[in-house]
Amino acid sequence: MIQIQNVSKWYGQFQVLTECSTSISKGEVVVVCGPSGSGKSTLIKCVNGLEPVQQGKIVVNGTAVTDPGTNLPKLRSHVGMVFQHFELFPHMSITENLAIGQVKVLGRSQDEARERGLKLLDRVGLNAHANKFPGELSGGQQQRVAIARALSMDPICMLFDEPTSALDPEMINEVLDVMVELAQEGMTMMVVTHEMGFARKVANRVVFMDQGRIVEDASKDEFFGQPRSDRAQQFLSKILNH
Amino acid sequence: MNYHWNWDIFFQTIPSGDETYLMWVIHGLGWTVAISLAAWVIALVLGSLAGILRTVPNRRIAMIGDVWVEFFRNVPLLMQLFLWFFVVPELLPRDLSLWVKQDMPAKEFITAVLALGLFTSARVAEQVRAGIQALPRGQRNAGLALGFTQAQTYRYVLLPMAFRIIIPPLTSEFMNAFKNSGVAYAVGVWELVFVSRQMVEETGGQVIESLLVPTVLYIVCAYAANRIMAVVERRSHVPGFIVAK
Repeated sequence: MIQIQNVSKWYGQFQVLTECSTSISKGEVVVVCGPSGSGKSTLIKCVNGLEPVQQGKIVVNGTAVTDPGTNLPKLRSHVGMVFQHFELFPHMSITENLAIGQVKVLGRSQDEARERGLKLLDRVGLNAHANKFPGELSGGQQQRVAIARALSMDPICMLFDEPTSALDPEMINEVLDVMVELAQEGMTMMVVTHEMGFARKVANRVVFMDQGRIVEDASKDEFFGQPRSDRAQQFLSKILNH
Repeated sequence: MNYHWNWDIFFQTIPSGDETYLMWVIHGLGWTVAISLAAWVIALVLGSLAGILRTVPNRRIAMIGDVWVEFFRNVPLLMQLFLWFFVVPELLPRDLSLWVKQDMPAKEFITAVLALGLFTSARVAEQVRAGIQALPRGQRNAGLALGFTQAQTYRYVLLPMAFRIIIPPLTSEFMNAFKNSGVAYAVGVWELVFVSRQMVEETGGQVIESLLVPTVLYIVCAYAANRIMAVVERRSHVPGFIVAK
């Protein structure tokens, strides 16, 4: 589903990604973790072309994202993305947030989009809030709406960029629960997160990054059992024993 | 103060006809409003466009917006008015140039609207740019990630919020359009400044009355612009969106 091949990226002189390679097959859940500044958020933004890469190749569902001729809007319309700061559209009601992409990008009718939106809102447990505005919801609720918005486009895979790191601790679980459910339904997911509990529960693989490189790319059991690199061991001991 | 007040001058007829000076003032007000509103439409449309251009990812396209703003912002308004009035007609092809200089109807008015509109557009452009750049970076990404094109992202995601944010400075700019329209007297439009100067000369020194009434009318116009924008601000309020009071 997603192939990342030898990707390198620079911001000016500064190299943020160095020869990153990994791939995610259909139905797989891959957690990307690593210390801050390791390039994991940058890498996930390259997958749907929000960030350009200078070297290497990324292919999503057979389409080369890194090819200048690629119709990126079309590709992105079926790659769902969830952001750290939710990024709902503040001037639209929740219903409108859920409908706008379906109507303007997929060409669905307002009624159809509305119905689909309400179904998804129900699924994330927020149908009572359909007519509210994003500013009237808590962070956890906003992030669940953001997941529903991504799902409204019927994505073939989902990208999560630190979906819980801007949330109050007591709201993290309501978002993770939705994500676990998605994973269990077989959604292909690439998740940048520090939530190791989530990784243990549903990840198939864990990719560990440090200083712009993929240091470790292992199955969940391998990663948590005996990480090969010292850097991953250090990271794990810090994050699990805090 | 040894000043001889005479408010009756407004009801005196002008030396060369049967209109009263009051009628002059009313005409002047009409031209002031006409110039200001027409210029504001130009400023809003072209200013928004230039402001948006300055924020697009493509640097070459953004440069067009940069040049636009720098030119219209860095030359004094009065000078721009003279450039449009005296210089630009000379630069046109010969036939067009002749037509503009001799036959163009309402030449003074159109020139004033153009000069004020373009001058104001540079200021509007900067506000629009500031509004767009004040939005979280993730908003653009969220729009693009949904599958919107850049244009759709501006239309549905960035501009609706950017314009809401900049209503206060846009209000000042709308009011400025009324106040700055006074320069049109320099090319001979019979707006409020022109009328008051004319009255000062013709009424034998009734300086205060001649200047006070137009002044009050400017205040009324600018305040009306302010109230209109206040309504716009109220109507476009987003529930739950925190605005510092």
